[in-house]
Amino acid sequence: MNNLISRAKELLESKTVNVVIGYEAGPTGLARPAFITDSAKADKLIYDERCVQNLAVYLTKAEVKNFGKMAIVARLPVMRSIMMLISEQQVIGDNLIILGISEDNSLLDIASISVMQGYIDKCDLGNPSKDREILAELNKMTPEEKFSWWQNQFSKCIKCYACRQACPMCYCIRCTVEVNQPQWIPVQANAHGNTEWHILRAMHLAGRCISCGECGRACPVGIPCHLLTMQLADQVWNYFHVHAGTSDKMNSVLSTYEPNDKESFII
Amino acid sequence: METTRKLIRKHSLELLYKKLSASNKVYAPVTATDKQVEYKYNPPFSDVTFDHIRSTLSVKNLVFPKVENLFIFSNSKTESSITDVNLNLLPNVVLWGSHPCDNAAFDILRSIFCWDINDEFFSKRLEKVTVIGLACHTSDDYCFCTSTGNAPNSVKGSDILLSKLSGGDYIAEFITAKGSSILASSPELFENETEEKAVIAVVNTKFSHEQVTEKLQTAFEHPFWVENSLRCIGCGACTYVCPTCACFDIQDETKGKEGRRYRSWDSCGFGLFTLHTSGHNPRHVQSQRWRQRIMHKFSYMPDRNESLGCVGCGRCSSACPVDMNISEQLEALQNI
Repeated sequence: MNNLISRAKELLESKTVNVVIGYEAGPTGLARPAFITDSAKADKLIYDERCVQNLAVYLTKAEVKNFGKMAIVARLPVMRSIMMLISEQQVIGDNLIILGISEDNSLLDIASISVMQGYIDKCDLGNPSKDREILAELNKMTPEEKFSWWQNQFSKCIKCYACRQACPMCYCIRCTVEVNQPQWIPVQANAHGNTEWHILRAMHLAGRCISCGECGRACPVGIPCHLLTMQLADQVWNYFHVHAGTSDKMNSVLSTYEPNDKESFII
Repeated sequence: METTRKLIRKHSLELLYKKLSASNKVYAPVTATDKQVEYKYNPPFSDVTFDHIRSTLSVKNLVFPKVENLFIFSNSKTESSITDVNLNLLPNVVLWGSHPCDNAAFDILRSIFCWDINDEFFSKRLEKVTVIGLACHTSDDYCFCTSTGNAPNSVKGSDILLSKLSGGDYIAEFITAKGSSILASSPELFENETEEKAVIAVVNTKFSHEQVTEKLQTAFEHPFWVENSLRCIGCGACTYVCPTCACFDIQDETKGKEGRRYRSWDSCGFGLFTLHTSGHNPRHVQSQRWRQRIMHKFSYMPDRNESLGCVGCGRCSSACPVDMNISEQLEALQNI
């Protein structure tokens, strides 16, 4: 942590960056995002097991982009999100300093995007084990049981779109659900509208989700909606042998044809 | 007016619950998971929680549902017709065990929905609700009811207010005629009050809402808003869990020659909320939307509705995925 603070101070004092995006402790003890622009305030940066939010979501936010050059505290999911954002041309890698954090909470020396790629390549890129276990249980269900399990979850949805807003990959300025001519997705938060929303969200993230679980963590009513995108991440791996966020030059799996694509899912 | 106070034993409370369930829909809180407390219609008494600090959602759904039909329409070659929703068919509802902050919110909602014209959908629903409130005996860091003019044992908005005694029985205070009619119909369930004192949560005052309102008069352009909302991701969680947020969207949904017009919750946290057809958006960045949320509740509403738009339940802060802690921000605003 001291390494992180001194590195942040150094970057701000030398004006290498204008802001360091990291975590601070809030009044209730929760870790939350912090935007440090003054090196004198860098001491409030923390890094521990409470720091789980995927900070990459801020890289495409207008008021944060206004800062110009920035540094971001990044553990693996944040690094993978950054890779996706670069490959989708939402973020310019050169404008970003990565303050990488390893599995054991120590500061990594990530001098470039290719060094970051080297680090990512050495990591386990599947879904987190606790989610893998739940998915395995869900996959034992019949399609009918699974549908009713999800219907029960979706019935709680209030359409606050915290899942969308928390996701670094949901950066569209105008989301499909906000288009009403024609109205693709019903606005109302009922069984019909909620089911369509969650299926749409998951499909738009297939091959793009880096399994950070942020959507499920953000949900105020406790819908484990991250399991939907994680399930698709698994399927993308099975069919195309691709993990999202592993290179800054990825093609989108679902909109790219390769002659050797498996086509076993076409009935 | 002096209110009547009676003692009700825990086992009599169960009898009262069952009696009320027989002729009403009873809307009561149950613990769904370790983090979620949900209100349900007619849950078994054994599932009803008396110890929750706050339910995940507020109870505004009772008077302002997340989706509500306004009318049904149909078209044929020769005529169009509109059918109103029959609000007289709404059932009687007993709201059971809701805390004073949530109950105080009904008056605030009324000041919005019936500000100039009477919103029938809201007021007919409210007429049907009897509130059996539960004073708070526990609280947490998110609670700040006392900073908004409420209290953990405030009777505002309740027809009956229950307060827990240290032995596990309850004091029932009868506030309104609706509340007294329950006593009149079941006198056998109540006993005379004893000396035993109720256990009431301690909620320290964090800020003076009068001072906040005054500071906001000149704070519109203050850098505070950008500095303190950079982390806001612009979801509607705070709005939708809030007991007093009342904004809604109106949509038509048609299928073939029939359709319905409905209203559903909307949030000033969304960019789309103020987007003009021209493409111009007067609140084009999140800090302006966050400012609107605080200004509306602590400046515009005191000015226009003569009430704060906040009851201090702390739900917005506890639901926020990025810890936008409203009482912390109001405390800071008081001193800018």
